[in-house]
Amino acid sequence: MNIIVVGLSHKTATVEIREKVAFSPNQIEKPLAELITLDGIIEGVIVSTCNRVEIYATTRDIAGGIARIKRFMAEYHHLPFEALEPHLYSYHAEDAIRHVFRVASSLDSMVVGEPQILGQIKTSYGYAAEFKSSGIILNRFLHKAFSVAKRVRTETKIASSAVSVAFAAVELAKKILGDLSDKTVMLIGAGEMCELAAKHFINSGAKGVMVTNRTFERAERLAEEFGGEAVPFESFLEHLHRADIVLSSTGAPHCIIGPKDAEDIVKRRRFKPIFFIDIAVPRDIDPKVDDVENAYLFTVDHLQEIVQANLAQRGLEAEKAEEIIDQEIGQFHKWLSTLEVTPTIVSLRNRFDEIRRAELEKTISGWKDLPPDAEKRLEALTLAMMNKLLHAPTSVLKQAGQGGRVDLYVDALRQLFGLEALRKDDEELELEE
Amino acid sequence: MTHMFFILTVALYCCAATAYLACLVRTSSVLTRWAGRILAVGFTAHLLSTIHLAVKMKYLPLTNMQESLSFFSLAIVGGFIFFERRYKVTTLGSFIIPVALLMLTASSTLHEEARQLPPILQSNWFWFHALLAFASYACFTIAAGVAVMYLIQRYFLKTKHFGALFQKLPSLETMDDISYRCLSVGWPLLTIAIISGSIWSDQAMGSYWIWDRKQTWSMIIWIIYAALLHGRITIGWRGKRAAILSIIGFIVVLFTFFSMKHSITW
Repeated sequence: MNIIVVGLSHKTATVEIREKVAFSPNQIEKPLAELITLDGIIEGVIVSTCNRVEIYATTRDIAGGIARIKRFMAEYHHLPFEALEPHLYSYHAEDAIRHVFRVASSLDSMVVGEPQILGQIKTSYGYAAEFKSSGIILNRFLHKAFSVAKRVRTETKIASSAVSVAFAAVELAKKILGDLSDKTVMLIGAGEMCELAAKHFINSGAKGVMVTNRTFERAERLAEEFGGEAVPFESFLEHLHRADIVLSSTGAPHCIIGPKDAEDIVKRRRFKPIFFIDIAVPRDIDPKVDDVENAYLFTVDHLQEIVQANLAQRGLEAEKAEEIIDQEIGQFHKWLSTLEVTPTIVSLRNRFDEIRRAELEKTISGWKDLPPDAEKRLEALTLAMMNKLLHAPTSVLKQAGQGGRVDLYVDALRQLFGLEALRKDDEELELEE
Repeated sequence: MTHMFFILTVALYCCAATAYLACLVRTSSVLTRWAGRILAVGFTAHLLSTIHLAVKMKYLPLTNMQESLSFFSLAIVGGFIFFERRYKVTTLGSFIIPVALLMLTASSTLHEEARQLPPILQSNWFWFHALLAFASYACFTIAAGVAVMYLIQRYFLKTKHFGALFQKLPSLETMDDISYRCLSVGWPLLTIAIISGSIWSDQAMGSYWIWDRKQTWSMIIWIIYAALLHGRITIGWRGKRAAILSIIGFIVVLFTFFSMKHSITW
């Protein structure tokens, strides 16, 4: 049995193409049903996010399966095959396993380490499980992918550092102010970056928001959006001491907060630290503010520095992640190969033969006056019995091996007769589910 | 028996200190967990050895410099374990545990004969006084450790150095909070210790306050920390100023502790 992957991602296709082949999650049943009725395709899962559309399937016929899925993707979306084909990639065997593990671990993401992708794959798998398009192999495969992703997440720092300026600001604020849940943010002026940072602060639990702007209506509108309070620009300094985090991005030609103001504010705050972020160019906040005790001023350049350092760190962590994935591929591949028919028949025969020989040995060794040809006869008798007993299951397995869901039989057989020491691994997966 | 426990404790503290220092350079939850475990075992051994000695001698082992140093480090480790559980600040261990180890090692190099207990020390007030004094010293040690960490982190933030140590150290507010908690526990303990000490002084020497070196310096310590707490509560002294004062306080504590040997009790 082979796992194949066919798809496209932000690396191979522009957003115009990606959106054309996207599968809408509320109508996923239909394509899933069509997918598994394709010739030679046994199980299938469709993952569709804004950055990638991928189909995971199992098949006996790798080349044919990949070709049919490629055609299916084009035909289902009524696209000319020739136009879509150059953007599609396909993997099989170990490469397919590695690809899915990497995607789930967010190593293939546009922003490496972003956490959403794992959830998206889980949802996609949920649909496939619900509509029964995934079977024993893909079930096991995706659960393995989830546990690999979890390992990568816990054993490397790939997702722990901030890689956007807005997020870096939040991380920095936490280094100064600790818990943000009782902290207030003040926005001075408006700007995309400022608003984004404010959103990040609110998501991280910041309690209150104050907004001030030269045009008061604008401030009111933003304040409403954040559930905060609008402050008139003329008197914003009067309110500044209530803020723990100050984000400034006005178009003012001169500094609007000087060291003297900062000193007053810190005093009014009873020396509780205050965190200034100056996003404006030219600067809004006098650099001397940083010299004021308990006031901490950072500019966009500082934040950018943190982001660069974190990105470099992520590169290192990604290497560690690849190592983890390498280990896990080997393990999964081993399990997959046990699902093949021939090795199963061989190990079943060996198992029976083992028992037969052991029992024969026991009988003969305790038998005192054994007739001369008795040993040969007993040997023949037990062998015949074994062959007769094994005949039916063997031929069913071989037949099933020609097509259909043979892995079900193989897996059941292996478990019934305790053929492989893979039990521990199974239990682990069971727990994760 | 006591000696065996003692050696074991030194070895375990040594391992724990190494592990905590390693935590500064490496991020590993396994390492952090083991550092904590080793330290907990070390603390238990230390406690058992102290109790064993106390039972054997029939008094608290605080009568000479060797015993006192050991007890000081026991109190520091106990205090650290308490704060580590509450605030989850592993990095504190990297600053505090080596200090405790140093004290214990210094203690082990001193081989003072266990003396006959002078009658002057045979008072419950003395034991009560000494116990509380060490508890408050442990609080001040941790406060000083946190203050050092605070100053380092503040330096990183002001100079915009965002290195590995910056990532490891807790937030300024957390450290400020720990320092405040330490002082608000340590100072009342010291207050009661001084009061019980003067009651003992009255019993032993017939005067509540005799202005010997130790009592004078204790008073200075008390005033420093009182000023620190007062400044914090009324004006909101925090950050750099509080950290520096807390370190000064600790230096005076150490000075008093080591010069105590020459005072009239010994």
